[in-house]
Amino acid sequence: MNELVIISGKGGTGKSSIAASFASMAKNKVIADCDVDAPDLHLLLRPEVEKEEDFHGGWIARIDAQKCTQCGECTQLCRFQAISGSYEIDESRCEGCGVCAEFCPCMAIEMERKITARKYISKTTYGPFVHGRLAFAEGNSGKLVSAIKEDARRIAKENGYPLIIIDGSPGIGCPVIASLAGSKAALCVTEPTVAGLHDLKRIFELTRHFRINTLACVNKYDVSEEITAVIEQFCKGHDITMVGTIPYDPDTVKAQINAMSVVEYSRGRASREIRNIWDRVSELM
Amino acid sequence: MNISVASGKGGTGKTTIALALATLLSQRGIHAAILDCDVEEPNVNLFLKADIHSVDTVYTPVPSVDEARCNGCGKCEQMCRFSAIVIVGGKPLVLPDMCHSCGGCYRVCPEKAIQEIPKEIGGIEEGLKGNLHYAGGRLRIGEPMAAPLIKEVKQYACDADVRVIDCPPGTSCSAIESVRGSDYVILIAEPTPFGLNDLQIIVGMLRQIEVGFGVVINKSDIGDDRVYRYCREEAVAVLASIPYSPESASEYASGFYHEAFIERFSAEFYSIITSVFSGKLKGVCRNE
Repeated sequence: MNELVIISGKGGTGKSSIAASFASMAKNKVIADCDVDAPDLHLLLRPEVEKEEDFHGGWIARIDAQKCTQCGECTQLCRFQAISGSYEIDESRCEGCGVCAEFCPCMAIEMERKITARKYISKTTYGPFVHGRLAFAEGNSGKLVSAIKEDARRIAKENGYPLIIIDGSPGIGCPVIASLAGSKAALCVTEPTVAGLHDLKRIFELTRHFRINTLACVNKYDVSEEITAVIEQFCKGHDITMVGTIPYDPDTVKAQINAMSVVEYSRGRASREIRNIWDRVSELM
Repeated sequence: MNISVASGKGGTGKTTIALALATLLSQRGIHAAILDCDVEEPNVNLFLKADIHSVDTVYTPVPSVDEARCNGCGKCEQMCRFSAIVIVGGKPLVLPDMCHSCGGCYRVCPEKAIQEIPKEIGGIEEGLKGNLHYAGGRLRIGEPMAAPLIKEVKQYACDADVRVIDCPPGTSCSAIESVRGSDYVILIAEPTPFGLNDLQIIVGMLRQIEVGFGVVINKSDIGDDRVYRYCREEAVAVLASIPYSPESASEYASGFYHEAFIERFSAEFYSIITSVFSGKLKGVCRNE
């Protein structure tokens, strides 16, 4: 089975627009939105939810005020400043490590499973779609990403689909690492700006670190053809397969407003180039 | 005062606007600093070009097992809720990248066979551009957890009167750690369906952690009016609207832009500064 993870380092380069376009062109695949911090793909794929469940992303400490003698042991041991002076747990700080519960001399603290997200398996006109949504101010997004990938793999296997298209999140940290884990290919969507180039270099170091075959495309290449050339040069020198350059095209936003992928909405410049990119990517996969 | 510049969606213009604000404040004689808390992809100094005078390495504690003392009882594995220490072949194996540095394993070990050793998670550079202080974190490639490094970045330039914090995109751990303790958060939103969806999520996050905020609508003419409608319905303050400017986009591309950007949109920036600082900081607002 092949997995294509769409990532970017820098945010806002067009990952989800490209992922949705690929989803509308690829046959026999599962689609997964692993940008659980700010998931947007559902806005273009118009999913019909078939199964949804709570996701337990971790643990949280609960102090029993009846048993608590306010001895101060927990506030001293907690490395996350999650226990206030009045012995209340700050949920946004608690990592769920359980140190306070383990060492409380009065056994006044218990650890509880915490619901941190909702996980969905949906039907779309493009195929099965796995996605999730973190509860407000919840962390541990890497765990949810792994669970989404696991579901996507299972569904692909059950249906005999050879491909999973994964929309990733910006950055190089925990959710990105989780979305890359076990995948063979990553497509980095970048933009021709000094920030785009800088961030591409860092995400490439990450894909190299995990030995993942790396492809790249430049979105809005005409914002700076000069930097596009620098990016192409960088890719050539680092064994990154450049699969295309997409022009700036207002149709991309119009497609979004009409809840469609750009290749479905338009036959314009961006749409044509994304089709070409998909042809190249699917040949390489 | 800490002012964070944040957004759920990436690429909305956080760095651009954070830099413009910090520069403007500094030009007005305010002792200002800019902190780059987007430690996964730090971009502030690509544009600011501050002279860096020091770089610190940041470490976090992770366990190390003295196998001679360890009797393989497995208490450490039971203690660890992050699967960062697991018993393999009767002995604990440490997976440092899973470790949250809670200290549970070394405290619980009855044989005192575990001690904590430092693991490098990244660096923080510090510099100066004119009168503007700069500190920025840079996460080590392959290190999953950004929040501990962000926490350290926020220990810098504490003597500044205003610290502008450039946050990472998103709404989870890293973003929460960045905005925590801010006096105000300026959210940057694009008027598109993705922009609206991600704005709703970060507004929910900020309401949960009880930090005040207002919205700047960037590239205000590229999409539709749903973000404006949402702000009206939810009584979210719109501080300014900045239209898309092809000139700004190409200046940004080359890395030389923020002075020109400030000039082009000076009216918008004064309106942001007036809303955010009015009555709190003498001398920065138009009518003081």
